[in-house]
Amino acid sequence: MSLDKEQVRHIAMLARLHVADEEIADTADKLSRIVDFVDQLAKAPTDDVVPMAHPLNAAQRLRADVVTETDERERIQSNAPAVKDGLYLVPRVIE
Amino acid sequence: MTTRDLHTLTLTEARSALDRGQFSAVELVDALLGRIEALNPALNAFVTVTAEEARAAARAADERRAAGRPLLLDGLPIVHKDIFCTQGVRTTCGSRMLEDFVAPYDATVVARLRDAGAVMLGKSNMDEFAMGSSNETSFFGAVANPWNHACSPGGSSGGSSALVAGRLAPAATGTDTGGSIRQPAALTGTVGLKPTYGRVSRYGMIAFASSLDQAGVITRSVEDAALLLTAMAGFDERDSTSIDEPVPDYAAALDGDVSGLRVGIVQQHFDAGLDAATGDAVRAALGVLESRGAILKDVDLPNIDLSVPTYYVVAPAEASSNLSRFDGVRFGHRAADPEDLLDLYCRSRGEGFGAEVKRRILTGTYVLSAGYYDAYYLKAQRVRALIAEDFRRAFGQVDVIAGPTAPTPAFELGAKTDDPITMYLNDIYTIGANLAGLPGLSVPCGFVDGQPVGLHLVAGHFAEQTLLNAAHSYQQASDWHTACPEAYA
Repeated sequence: MSLDKEQVRHIAMLARLHVADEEIADTADKLSRIVDFVDQLAKAPTDDVVPMAHPLNAAQRLRADVVTETDERERIQSNAPAVKDGLYLVPRVIE
Repeated sequence: MTTRDLHTLTLTEARSALDRGQFSAVELVDALLGRIEALNPALNAFVTVTAEEARAAARAADERRAAGRPLLLDGLPIVHKDIFCTQGVRTTCGSRMLEDFVAPYDATVVARLRDAGAVMLGKSNMDEFAMGSSNETSFFGAVANPWNHACSPGGSSGGSSALVAGRLAPAATGTDTGGSIRQPAALTGTVGLKPTYGRVSRYGMIAFASSLDQAGVITRSVEDAALLLTAMAGFDERDSTSIDEPVPDYAAALDGDVSGLRVGIVQQHFDAGLDAATGDAVRAALGVLESRGAILKDVDLPNIDLSVPTYYVVAPAEASSNLSRFDGVRFGHRAADPEDLLDLYCRSRGEGFGAEVKRRILTGTYVLSAGYYDAYYLKAQRVRALIAEDFRRAFGQVDVIAGPTAPTPAFELGAKTDDPITMYLNDIYTIGANLAGLPGLSVPCGFVDGQPVGLHLVAGHFAEQTLLNAAHSYQQASDWHTACPEAYA
């Protein structure tokens, strides 16, 4: 199945990923090749097969609901592009 | 042994020489740092070299040894793939997105090896976010293969494989989501071990596809891989998928005895896609195992041909979810002068990620999107179950499955960058083990036109000892792993 440019733009928006106009055609071409390639899965008979999400089929482990982390805000925020008073700064979202 | 030859030692050899006082850890580290300075510019195997930290750690190791209290790996040099978080040393994951990222904590793998005395020399180059099979997707540039600088060292752990093959360090960590330890090991004549899913903690290892990712090592000898695995493996409560199984002393239990070992051969692994000379080298290696008492047996993996398409749905789906954390807000690259929040997200990600990472995010987003989820993602998870069941049945009949690691020897840089599918097919023999969560290993088994090729072994869940022992037996009867690229002797 081939993807057209509009589909690529739609997926890119879902993924919050800017794809430059001049890259759209090549992206559509390569994604189409990938989708064509994975389309061969359709031929596998899987009607009664339970989907596998974990390679050892292990159950999710639980732990006691207790505080295990200490406050490391400053150290963690030292990687942030813009912070002020312990808050992350982004462009204004409410006028 | 003069200090000129220290780079030729394996970890195991260096450890006993250090114990005998033949040289100090500081001398060993200095010798390797000198080689890195001289030889890395042509290889580009390192993103960061931590010379001062390494010298300080080596001095501490020498002091412990002098006091008669050496740790398991005291003073032994290692390089970490730049996907493992290292507190205070930048961790880039081969991406512009994390060009300046300094992790506030250590990955469990890093902490455990350091706590065992290992000395980190630096961080190795890799395909961006481990997405690639040639190391060409790295923001920091491609890595050269020491056997032929025009060729790729494989990927995504291409920096690790190149620097071990070039004797810039005796060992390096790697990660393997679809073959990213084993394929580069095969292409560089090194040993690559991917343990069972959950055997080694993923905490602090930047996530690509969480149900497939596993940490492992690249070394020159199987003994060294066993030594490192003992230090790295084991339960970690900070990784929710870590499995609580005891960790044996893998190196101590290596006896090289394969008599009666049932070795499964899968016919599809020797189909038309395999380079003929590579196939001959692998068949000869199987003959060596047989001559040492192993029993060769055909086994069937009826759905194995679907492993690559299954992977290219599951892995991008998980990647698109994992990489959504890179938003230009909390850490990582941020675009300049955003118009609004949406523009900040889209452009930060558009600028921070390279072409292959974008392709995987888009593929993953597509197969998870409304209307396509059942046909692709759910379907792939069902086929994944079929493939895992095939392996489960096969391991009822055999102890290991053996075949080629990669379809060809190392290919030239640039040869496969135009067509993603051609590149993806590099991992055709390795992906099955990731889908089923099985341990796999590549061991050097010969040369084709001067380029190394690898024998791939896969065993049942948590049967790393069986895997290592079979590979060790092969290394006892072969000397491919002692060959060194001429310019790096």
